[in-house]
Amino acid sequence: LASPTKLTQNPLKKIWMPYKNGLPETHISQRKVCMTNCPTLIVTVGLPARGKTYISKKLTRYLNWIGVPTREFNVGQYRRECVKIYKSFEFFRPDNEEGLKIRRQCASAALNDVRQYLTEDGGQVAVFDATNTTRERRDTIIQFAEQNGFKVTVILGGHACQVKLGSPDYTNCNTEEAAEDFMKRIKCYENSYEPLDEVLDRDLSFIKIMDVGQRYLVNRVLDHIQSRIVYYLMNIHITPRSIYLCRHGESELNVNGRIGGDSGLTPRGKEFGKKLSQFLQTQGISDLKVWTSQMKRTIQTAESLSVPYEQWKVLNEIDAGVCEEMMYEEIQDHFPLEFALRDQDKYRYRYPKGESYEDLVQRLEPVIMELERQENVLVICHQAVMRCLLAYFLDKTAEELPYLKCPLHTVLKLTPVAYGCKVESISLNVDAVNTHRERPENVDVTRMSEEALLTVPAHQ
Amino acid sequence: MEFPQLEYLRRRRCDSAVNTEQKKLTQTPLLKIWVPWMGCSLNRRRGSSVPQFCNSPTMIVMVGLPARGKTYISKKLTRYLNWIGVPTKMFNVGQYRREAVKIYKNFEFFKPDNEEAMKIRKACATAALKDVAAYFSKEQGQVAVFDATNTTRERRAIILSYAKERGYKVFFVESICDDPEIIAENIKQVKFGSPDYVDRDIDEALEDFSRRIECYRASYMPMDDEEDRKLSYIKIFDVGSRYLVNRVQDHIQSRIVYYLMNIHVTPRSIYLSRHGESELNLLGRIGGDSGLSPRGQKYANALATFIRGQNIRELKVWTSHMKRTIQTAEALGVQYEQWKALNEIDAGVCEELTYEEIQENFPEEFALRDQDKYRYRYPKGESYEDLVHRLEPVIMELERQENVLVVCHQAIFRCLLAYFLDKPADELPYLRCPLHTVLKLTPVAYGCKVESFFLNIEAVNTHRERPVNVDINRNPEEALLTVPEHV
Repeated sequence: LASPTKLTQNPLKKIWMPYKNGLPETHISQRKVCMTNCPTLIVTVGLPARGKTYISKKLTRYLNWIGVPTREFNVGQYRRECVKIYKSFEFFRPDNEEGLKIRRQCASAALNDVRQYLTEDGGQVAVFDATNTTRERRDTIIQFAEQNGFKVTVILGGHACQVKLGSPDYTNCNTEEAAEDFMKRIKCYENSYEPLDEVLDRDLSFIKIMDVGQRYLVNRVLDHIQSRIVYYLMNIHITPRSIYLCRHGESELNVNGRIGGDSGLTPRGKEFGKKLSQFLQTQGISDLKVWTSQMKRTIQTAESLSVPYEQWKVLNEIDAGVCEEMMYEEIQDHFPLEFALRDQDKYRYRYPKGESYEDLVQRLEPVIMELERQENVLVICHQAVMRCLLAYFLDKTAEELPYLKCPLHTVLKLTPVAYGCKVESISLNVDAVNTHRERPENVDVTRMSEEALLTVPAHQ
Repeated sequence: MEFPQLEYLRRRRCDSAVNTEQKKLTQTPLLKIWVPWMGCSLNRRRGSSVPQFCNSPTMIVMVGLPARGKTYISKKLTRYLNWIGVPTKMFNVGQYRREAVKIYKNFEFFKPDNEEAMKIRKACATAALKDVAAYFSKEQGQVAVFDATNTTRERRAIILSYAKERGYKVFFVESICDDPEIIAENIKQVKFGSPDYVDRDIDEALEDFSRRIECYRASYMPMDDEEDRKLSYIKIFDVGSRYLVNRVQDHIQSRIVYYLMNIHVTPRSIYLSRHGESELNLLGRIGGDSGLSPRGQKYANALATFIRGQNIRELKVWTSHMKRTIQTAEALGVQYEQWKALNEIDAGVCEELTYEEIQENFPEEFALRDQDKYRYRYPKGESYEDLVHRLEPVIMELERQENVLVVCHQAIFRCLLAYFLDKPADELPYLRCPLHTVLKLTPVAYGCKVESFFLNIEAVNTHRERPVNVDINRNPEEALLTVPEHV
C-alpha cells in the first residue's frame, strides 16, 4: 500500500511539489497563462499608418504583463539601423532594386532574431511588425514558422492613429513635407498589396480589424493564447480618455506601520478624500466611472466623492496571509526566513496562506480588460494593486513592479499618447506616512535584524 | 429583493445615533460588503458583491436556417450567463408554435405561401416578444435570448423596433453553415427527439425536415455587411471556424462574444473528482491544507486504475494548489497542471474549525450562512458567489479543452457541477459531491449526460444539509443537527 506522495512546499512560491531523494522534482507544471506548447509568431499585415505598430506594442505589453514572454520585432527599426538616414519615399518604390534588397535583408535579420528569441531566449510569442503586404513575403514567413515549429496568427489592419509624423524618419522635416512624402510612400505599397484571400488563406489563423476596431473577422483561432489575443484586440480602443489611479486615503493601520487589514481612514485620510473630490471637479471629466475595492478604506475614500462607484473584490489589497496586520518589525521577529525570501524575489514571493504579486496580476487581469473597454475611470485601490496596474500601463518588468513608488495622497493621471502612456503625478498636498519599503542591500536569510529593517519607513 | 440579514441589522442598530457629518460605513453581515449607514436603513445602492455591468436589458437574437445550432447556442449561452450571475432567460418561438398548433403534420406548415400558418407564426413571435418585455420589467431579467430563425429582414426589423421603443439593446447571433455533414449530424442529435417528430420513422423525419429547411431558404436574408453595418452582431461560420464580429456595444456583449468563440462541439468528456479523503476531513474540520489519509491514498490509487480503464485520449489533469489534490494527482503518474483558482473556498476566520467550534465561536455567522449559503461570505474569507467569479476562467478553459480530469474540492466541485447541470444559485451550495466518487460529464444534445462512479473506498461524509431552523436565535442543537459524523 503506497503512502501519499511526499510533497514539499517551495519556500518562495509556496507551491507543493513531489519530493524524491531529498530533492524537489521539477516536472510539475504550474498554471501559466500560455498553455500553448509551441511558440507563437504573430504577423501584422497592412499598409503603412493602419495602426500595426500601435497594436504590436500594446499586445506585447499586455502579454508580458500577464506573464507570457513576448517581444516585438519591428522591421522598420532594422531598416533604420541599416540605412542610417532616410531620404525620401523613393526608397520604397517597387522598382528600387537596391531598396528591395535591403528591405529583404532586414526582414531576414528580423526573422533570425525571432528564431533566436523563441528557441533559445525563452520567448513564447514574437510579434513580427511589418507591412507584409505581398503574398510572397507572407509565404516566406509561414514557411519559416513551419520549419521552426511555430504557430502563426496574422493580424490584419489595426487601429489607425496619428503617430507617423513623430517618426524618426521625419525628424528633420516640417509637417507638410512629411505628410506629402508619407502619402507617396503608401502609394508604393498600395500597388503591390495582395490582401488575404478567402479561399487561398482559408486555413490561415488570422484576425482582420476593420472600421477602426468596430468590426472583426476571426478565422481559425485555435489555441488558448490566440483566443486571449483576439479577445484583447477586440476590447481595446483609441478613443481619447484618461485613467486616474490612486490609493485610499491614509488608514489607521498605515499610521501604525502595519500591513493589510481592513481599517478605516485617519483624519488626514479623510482630508485626502475631500481634496480628491475637489481635484476631480477641476478636471472636468465627462462620465467618470469610479471603482474601489471591497475594503473599508477605499470605500470611505470614494464616499467623499458623492458619486456612484463600483466595488470590485479583485481590487482588494494583496493578501499577506499569516502576516496580515503585522508591522515589518514583527514579521522580521516571527518570520525572518519569509522576510528574507520576500526581499530576494518580491514579485514571485507568496505570503504563507496569502498571495504573491504574481497572483495579484492574475486576479487583476479582468480589471485591465475592463479598463481597456472603458473611457474615463478613477480606480481607488491599494499599494500593491496600484503597482500592478501601473506596471501594465507603463510597461514595467516583473523585477521593477513591486518597487514602483505609489505614495499615499497622490493621484496618477494616465493618458494614452502615441505608442505609450503619459503620466502626470499630482500630489494633493495632504501629509501622510510613507509606506514604501526599498529592497535592502542584504537579502540573505542569515542577515541580521538591523540589516533587514534598514529600509522600513518610519511609523508610530 | 429583501435579504433576511437586513431585518436583523435594523433590529440591532436602529437606536444608535448617526454621525451625519461623516457617513459611517457598516459591513453587511451576509455579504461582508461595506456600505454607508444612513439612519436606520442600509443604502443598498452600492452593496453588490460583484461589479454590475448591465444597465439596459439586452436581447440576444438568434438568426439562421433550421438545424444550424441556434437552440444549442441559446441554451448554452443562457446557462453560462445565469451561472456568472446575469439573470438570463431563453424564449424559443418554436415552443410557442407547438403550444398554438397542438399537432405538427408536416413541412407544409412552413411554406411561405401558407397564409394561415404565417398568421400563427407571427402571433407566436409577438407573444414571445411580450413575454420578453414582461421578463425584463417584472422579473428583473437582464438578458433575453430570442431563439427563432429570424431569417428575414422584415422579422428582424420588427424585433429591432420593439427593442428600441423599450430601450433594450439588441445583439444578433447568426449561425451560418452549409456543410451537409454537420447539418445531418445536428438533425440526428436533436431533431429526431423533437416533439414534432416523435412518432415518425427516421427517414420520414429526415425527408420532412429537409423540406422544412427549404421553405426558409428562399426568403433567407443573412445579416448584410453594408445594410446592417450599424447593428451589433456576431456571425458564426461552420461551427466556429470563422467569426465576423460587428460593433460590440458593451461589457456583456464582449463576454458573450468571447464565450461563443471558445465553445466547440467536438465530443469529449469532463471528469470531476474531489481529492482523496484528507486528515482534516476525518476530524470534521473545514478548509486547511492537510494531506491524504490512508483511505484517501487508496482512493488516489483507485482513481489511477479507473482513469486508465477509461482509455481516454489525451487527458489533461488539473489540480488546485493544495496538498490533498496534488497528492491525489500524483498517484495517476501523469503530467498535471496546478490552478490556484481551483483552491477550496477560503473560510477566513473559520479555517480548520469544526462546525461545532464555528457554532460555539460564531453562532450568528453560522446562522447567516444557513440563511443564504450562496451569498454568505466568511469573515475575511469568501462566498460561493466569489467562488463562481474566480472559477470563470476555469470554465472558459474547460470549454476550450477536450478531455479533462479536474481534481478539486467540495465547494469548487459544486460550482463547476452547477455550471454543467444548470443548477440555480440556491441549489448550488447543497449539491451532493461525496468523496471518492468520480463524475463523468458528457455533453449530449442540449445538455450533459452524468455518470457517477463510486470507487468503493469508504470515506467520511462531509455534506451538511440545511437545518430546519436557520434563525439566529436557534439553539446550538438545532444548528448542529445536520453536521455529519466525524472523529
